[in-house]
Amino acid sequence: MRQSFILRNPSILIFLACLAAFTVIVTLLSHAYGTAFISTSFVKTLGKTLCLCLVAIAMDLVWGYCGILSLGHFAFFGLGGYMVGMWLMYARTELIVAGSMANAAIPPTPQEVRDAIGTQIFGVVGSSEFPPIWMFAHSFWAQMALVVLIPGALALVFGWLAFRSRVTGVYLSILTQAMTLALSLYLFQNESGLRGNNGLSGLQNLPGVSASQDYISVWFLWASAVALGLGYVLAAWVVSGKFGSVVRGIRDDEARVRFLGYSVEGYKLFVFTLTAIIAGIAGALYYPQAGIINPGEVAPIASIYLAVWVAIGGRGRLYGAVIGAALVSLVSTWFTGGQVPSVNLGFYRIDWVDWWLVLLGLTFVLVTLFAPKGIGGLFDLVTERFAPNRHGANYGPDQGSLLEKEGRK
Amino acid sequence: MSSLLEVSGISVTFDGYRAIRNLSFSIGEAELRAIIGPNGAGKTTFMDIVTGKTKPDEGKVIWGEKSTNLLRLNEARIAQIGIGRKFQRPTVFEDQTVQANLMMALRNKRAPFPVLFWRPSFEDHSRVEELASEIGLADELSRKSGELSHGQKQWLEIGMLLAQEPRLLLVDEPAAGMTLAEREHTTDLLKEAAKTRAVVVVEHDMEFVRRLECKVTVLHEGSVLAEGSLDHVTANPQVIEVYLGR
Repeated sequence: MRQSFILRNPSILIFLACLAAFTVIVTLLSHAYGTAFISTSFVKTLGKTLCLCLVAIAMDLVWGYCGILSLGHFAFFGLGGYMVGMWLMYARTELIVAGSMANAAIPPTPQEVRDAIGTQIFGVVGSSEFPPIWMFAHSFWAQMALVVLIPGALALVFGWLAFRSRVTGVYLSILTQAMTLALSLYLFQNESGLRGNNGLSGLQNLPGVSASQDYISVWFLWASAVALGLGYVLAAWVVSGKFGSVVRGIRDDEARVRFLGYSVEGYKLFVFTLTAIIAGIAGALYYPQAGIINPGEVAPIASIYLAVWVAIGGRGRLYGAVIGAALVSLVSTWFTGGQVPSVNLGFYRIDWVDWWLVLLGLTFVLVTLFAPKGIGGLFDLVTERFAPNRHGANYGPDQGSLLEKEGRK
Repeated sequence: MSSLLEVSGISVTFDGYRAIRNLSFSIGEAELRAIIGPNGAGKTTFMDIVTGKTKPDEGKVIWGEKSTNLLRLNEARIAQIGIGRKFQRPTVFEDQTVQANLMMALRNKRAPFPVLFWRPSFEDHSRVEELASEIGLADELSRKSGELSHGQKQWLEIGMLLAQEPRLLLVDEPAAGMTLAEREHTTDLLKEAAKTRAVVVVEHDMEFVRRLECKVTVLHEGSVLAEGSLDHVTANPQVIEVYLGR
């Protein structure tokens, strides 16, 4: 009955092996280190997909395991991106400014350099002053710490207020949507100090690195793969022991957990904050590959997509979330990239760029109705995952509880 | 005999309906007590108050040697200081194994960080096995609890309560939906538990109460109508009128 952590979670080894194989193959097919079979932009797409898989793991932890349907986790993802973007923009602009000022007769004072950077960055919103939130932008380490601290602090405060008042179910989902909408609207303002609707751009250029994008894209792919691997192991570890038992208990019947003496609010807050931090890290790796971040990224719809990925992949199992996020986001890129031939019906032309959302919505509805275990459920055909027959009843009285159909083979 | 739980003069009103009226109740360190009463007598509401789910409008609930005021604590804290509760429906975590259910209930640290780093020791494993054999589920440890029969789930829940090592056990209709043999086992479990702690059993079924051989409190319309041995209370004309007569 007592086995090691890896033995109890065989999916970890399989997952890590698949991830490593994927990374090696992409590296060997890249422009930088291999046969140049895969374009650099597609390497970036794959790297970004790995980051989306990481945030999907966070979503699965909070929704699939803890039963909190958060529709706001892309806010944390976006904040992570903004934090890393501030340093990237500052450091790169600083190099450019220093280069152009080096030829001046009198060497520039630090204040002059700083003003020049401010003019460069904020000229687009008609300002040249550094807002106070850019206080740490010059320091790489401070800004990296903020990648973790800002999403974590927001989740901690938001979660504390929401869980303390025992807001659950659909009301909590609406509250998280309101949070991400509010953040998005705030960032759209020029006064927010993050360049309003222009967002932060040029993030693909690493300051002080002369290598071409061919190389940088592969480095980021590696970094994303490492982060995803670590995130997977961390998530599997968190849900493996008694903590996982308690968290799944909260999902299915939180009143019972309370009467066992566990503080449900504390556990929810812990999971919410931990997943926000994971989402922030994923965002910090995503946006340098995307090259640009703007407030549209944290719009409410983004977080809803995240829930759709996890649902299609199969909630309540970590690899399900990864598969769902990877598959749906890649297929989505394919459809919206205009590469799918349109279907001519004679009287109407189905243009997939427009119709993709309809197709995705339909898939979501069909999966929810007919295959609630999602794609991950296919693995049960092989492993014979064992689950009780509840004769149609769900696993608990709470709204987030696992449905019988999700559990049964 | 000093009392473990002392409830005095509590009243609760739900939307104008007085569910509990000036109810007083006390129980000693190691005592088995049955609470009977017709539907709507306030039996479940009484349990809700003691476990912190419902706050009364007035009255006091005092616990233990230090005379802790339970009304100031939340559900989780009340469970931690030693009050365990079994619900009417069997509520076990159906998606998890019997072992995981018992392990979760085992008396250990309850805060998120200690739980995250907690791994079961040898004693924890043997304690779980011991409990499982006590409730007759020793062979079912690795089965998911959702697969168990109704009676087995009831026992598992009693086992989870015992694992918490509470000083007071509140048990709501433990015999509901059980077969005769299962009832007997349940009676034995409760009597055994009451040797070392206080046990309060809420029950409809007179036969089951008779088998418990304990002091009985009759509730009616939110307050105590009679108290004493089963024969004593069933001889009480008021009790016959409101409850047994119908």
